[in-house]
Amino acid sequence: MSKNKESIINQLTQKPWEPAQVKVDNLHEGKTFNLHVGKLGLRYLMVVSTIMFCLFIVTYADRMVYDDWVRMPEPFLLWINTLILVISSFVFIRIQLASKKNNFEKARRELFFIGFLAVLFLIGQLLVWQDLVQAGYYVSGSPANGYFYVFTTLHGFHLLGGLIYWAMTINKVWKLENIVIRKAKHTIELCAIYWHFLLAVWIVLFGLMLFS
Amino acid sequence: MAADSYDDVAKNKDSIPSLEVPPQDLYHAKSWWTKYIFCQDAKVIGIQYALTAVAIGMVGLVSSWLMRMQIAFPGVIPMEAGAYYQLVTMHGMIMVVYLLTALFLGGFGNFLIPLMVGARDMVFPYVNMVSFWVFFLAVIILAASYFVPGGPTGAGWTLYPPQAITSGTPGGDGLGIVLMLVSLAVFVIGFTMGGLNYVITILQARTRGMTLMRLPLTVWGIFTATVLALFAFPALFVAGIMMTLDNMLGTSFFMPAIVEFGERLTYDGGSPILFQHLFWFFGHPEVYIVALPAFGIVSDLISVHARKNIFGYRMMVWAIVVIGALSFIVWAHHMYVAGMNPWFGFFFATTTLIIAVPTAIKVYNWVLTLWRGNIKLTIPMLFAIAFIITFVNGGLTGLFLGNVAVDVPLSDTYFVVAHFHMVMGIAPVLVILGSIYHWFPLITGRFLNERLGRIHFWVTFIGSYSIYFPMHYLGFMGVTRRYFEVFEGDNFTYSIIGINQFITVAALITGAVQFLFFYNIIVSSKFGKKAGKNPWKACSLEWQTPDVPPTHGNFGKELPVVYRWAYDYSVPGADKDYITQDTPPSAVANAKAEQT
Amino acid sequence: MIVAVLVVLVTLGSVAFHMWSPWWWSEIASNWVGMDDTIILTFWITGAVFVAIGLFMAYCIWKYKYNKDKRADYEPENSKLEWALTIITTIGVIALLAPGLIVWKNFVTVPKGAYEIEVVGQQWYWMYRLPGKDGVLGTTDIKNINDDNPFGLNTDDPHSVDDILIDADDLHILKDQTLKLNLRALDVLHDFYVPQFRAKMDMVPGMITYYWFTPIKTGTFEILCAEYCGTGHYSMLGYVIVDEEEDYNEWLSEQMTFEETLASNGKSDLIKIALNKKNDL
Ligand code: HEM
Ligand SMILES: [Cu+2]
Ligand SMILES: [Cu+2]
Repeated sequence: MSKNKESIINQLTQKPWEPAQVKVDNLHEGKTFNLHVGKLGLRYLMVVSTIMFCLFIVTYADRMVYDDWVRMPEPFLLWINTLILVISSFVFIRIQLASKKNNFEKARRELFFIGFLAVLFLIGQLLVWQDLVQAGYYVSGSPANGYFYVFTTLHGFHLLGGLIYWAMTINKVWKLENIVIRKAKHTIELCAIYWHFLLAVWIVLFGLMLFS
Repeated sequence: MAADSYDDVAKNKDSIPSLEVPPQDLYHAKSWWTKYIFCQDAKVIGIQYALTAVAIGMVGLVSSWLMRMQIAFPGVIPMEAGAYYQLVTMHGMIMVVYLLTALFLGGFGNFLIPLMVGARDMVFPYVNMVSFWVFFLAVIILAASYFVPGGPTGAGWTLYPPQAITSGTPGGDGLGIVLMLVSLAVFVIGFTMGGLNYVITILQARTRGMTLMRLPLTVWGIFTATVLALFAFPALFVAGIMMTLDNMLGTSFFMPAIVEFGERLTYDGGSPILFQHLFWFFGHPEVYIVALPAFGIVSDLISVHARKNIFGYRMMVWAIVVIGALSFIVWAHHMYVAGMNPWFGFFFATTTLIIAVPTAIKVYNWVLTLWRGNIKLTIPMLFAIAFIITFVNGGLTGLFLGNVAVDVPLSDTYFVVAHFHMVMGIAPVLVILGSIYHWFPLITGRFLNERLGRIHFWVTFIGSYSIYFPMHYLGFMGVTRRYFEVFEGDNFTYSIIGINQFITVAALITGAVQFLFFYNIIVSSKFGKKAGKNPWKACSLEWQTPDVPPTHGNFGKELPVVYRWAYDYSVPGADKDYITQDTPPSAVANAKAEQT
Repeated sequence: MIVAVLVVLVTLGSVAFHMWSPWWWSEIASNWVGMDDTIILTFWITGAVFVAIGLFMAYCIWKYKYNKDKRADYEPENSKLEWALTIITTIGVIALLAPGLIVWKNFVTVPKGAYEIEVVGQQWYWMYRLPGKDGVLGTTDIKNINDDNPFGLNTDDPHSVDDILIDADDLHILKDQTLKLNLRALDVLHDFYVPQFRAKMDMVPGMITYYWFTPIKTGTFEILCAEYCGTGHYSMLGYVIVDEEEDYNEWLSEQMTFEETLASNGKSDLIKIALNKKNDL
């Protein structure tokens, strides 16, 4: 049905009491977007988290111009961790393809691999911290240090949160006999979107720290 | 019959089948625990939110009594300066965040949204349940700060650094401020989960026929407020995290080099003003997070009890949306004299005064709804009228404070205290009280006692108006806020002792009468007059449930189908003076509005 | 009926309180009459709106009381009326904003030749510094602060030598002399506020804020700290005494310069570099 495609401006200027409008409205199905609530919910969360990171970045830019700003070194390990995230995203694309073809066995296998990569990434980040602390870059040193630790921690927490959803996804594709195909596909898709989002956030943050 | 084309409907103005709902996994409580404690029914969650908010709100109320006693009758309740500042801080924070925000969005939002949009529940009931418990945890953490050494923070609800985390402030070098920041962060997390539900339920789970412009304004208010919160709360979260790090780990995000009591602290280079920007980027929209739901609800109260459609519905919706959007570019009007670049003043004064226009339109439309109405002076209506008076008063004093040059002498005086209490303290509380009288019959199936209600109303309205109206004039005299001792300065033209004592007595009476209200609630929920279905003869969907109070799943077997907007009151030609939203056209064939 | 009467009473009572209650601002003692005027103008405009809305509402309550044989009007909207009201409101808002912005423009542009002095806030008292003979305030740095140098003056800045330091809560100023106050805080936020001068501005550690005014009346005026600064906030008071020339000079002659303070403590060598530089000038 076509009624849901009206632009938001059009919708907001309707006069709901006018007989002609009443007839049109009576056929409305009650949805604003042609989207599954899960997907919309995920977008909502990504918006909130994007706003949060943006605000951090604004304060970062504000703080950077002062002269007590001392750059952090970028340990080589950070590049490896970035690579791990890139690989995860790549794997997720394959998982999505597999689930499209209803090949849940493959999807499941690779989902486990995702979990492994995520844990690897977190361990990698912890190692980076350890290196930096040993090299004398404490949180309370230059504000650049503070931001580095804040960014990595928050990003890490996002990944941990993602792992909860990942566990739910695994659960949905666990036993091949029990798979409700529609639901499994949906969950996999959401999980994949979130992982790509985390990669994007990381690249922005990493780039920011690299180029400032 | 499938009504797929406009013609079908036009031809035989008949009812449309309820949209097929995919078999929903409606949540079913299995035990007492999952029914009353870890419940996933939005109505129960709403009540849990409301009770928790009111419980902690009592702490805020009693704090205000103690403060008022100290101001007007010092020594009657012995208290040190530090304790006074702790009271001010906790009072402010509790009232704004833990009482009003939680009550409007968590309480009213949960209870009303699914009912008003015609849904069986929120779209993510489980997340909704978790959201409440995270909020509960935030309240517990907040309450815990009363019991740590040094007590809760006394930094003022604005928590400005450096003062918030230095030793000259109560709780500043102890756990008080830490627990406050942690509690706020937890609150934000819980709120994000709740907000997720409110927004998506309103967008995607409306029943058939419920277009955006057929929504009651209550839903519009709550929706816009939630979207504001979605943008604003991250700022509080970010500021909270950075301040916690400054405090615990010695970073210098907000802390410049300072010498405190002759001792140089290790901080260097941070910017206290940056915190203020973050705080008010959250703080100003927060004002509207409290105000917009009140705007929406009061519109519905006025319309129902004046038996007239809300005047200028579209303008009302646009005004809500415009106010919400503009509220993100006015935040620095709280910082005119904070030491930021003075040239910002021009921009922020202009944006602030622009907001006055859509706000004024809302007021006109409320009053114009009364005009040529058929006004029933029920208790909810009385509260709505009182709201208009206090809100107009507080809104107009906002024009003083928003106009940057006028703000210079007035900022940080009691004029500010009077202004924000009028506009975001008293006015929304009046709406809350009115809407409890309004929706109590839906929640419990019984009316609140009318006589007690009228006493409660008059004392609350006249009392709170007498607290805050005279207080503005203290501000003109230059009486500064957050003063532990109000003294007879040489500056003042006339003694301020008498007026302060008057205000305190009014505050005590106004506070006390709220207990009459609680008594009324408790007694009436058992013994009140039976209300029956749709006792106010309202149009919107929440009153059209098959059972009163609505049971789990809200609408029985079939979801209602909506055929009209929420304001078909006094339609010419119709038999009754209201046509509910789910009345099909064929049932009101005479009504003029239905004829082409 | 009763409700309508009470609404009228509340509305007119507010106006009556405004007109006849004794609580009102103290007479202005600075050049910021523009602020007072803008407030008065705002009172007229907002007061008119307040009374109009209150009385109109009372009228509606009285006139359109419920009657079960009557029906309310069915009028979803009235674009003409709504737009008219919008435009009137906009005009009112502009009438408020324009004069306000003009006064603010004045407030943020310090006139040339204003006499610069410094006010320092710390928990919980005030200190002041005058530029001394050379007319220039020496530069400061918070890292220099110690018992001998409570203001943190840079000891290698020749301008700091003759700065007059007033380590007391009271400040004397000269009537009709335009002052620019440079505001500094050492620990937390404070705000130097004298109600009769109307002006105020926060003091923020780590930066120097300012405002300007001209005292137009002699007398003693109380200073209040207007930005919350911890437990002692309410007791952070002091006096500004506005003098005629003669009294002012007498007071000034009793104050000590940075050089003299150090000398009296036997610490003159601290500012050797500054003194040398000064002699070179
Ligand atoms: C009968 C009810 C109330 C009374 C008697 C009351 C009284 C007070 C008093 C005496 C102060 C301290 C003023 C000062 O020393 O500067 C204060 C501050 C405050 N109140 Fe209320 N209040 C009431 C209700 C509310 C409500 C409903 C709100 C919700 C918005 C609220 C929000 C605040 C805030 C935000 C502050 C500022 C706290 C601060 O300075 O940090 N109050 N109130
Ligand atoms: Cu604001
Ligand atoms: Cu202070």
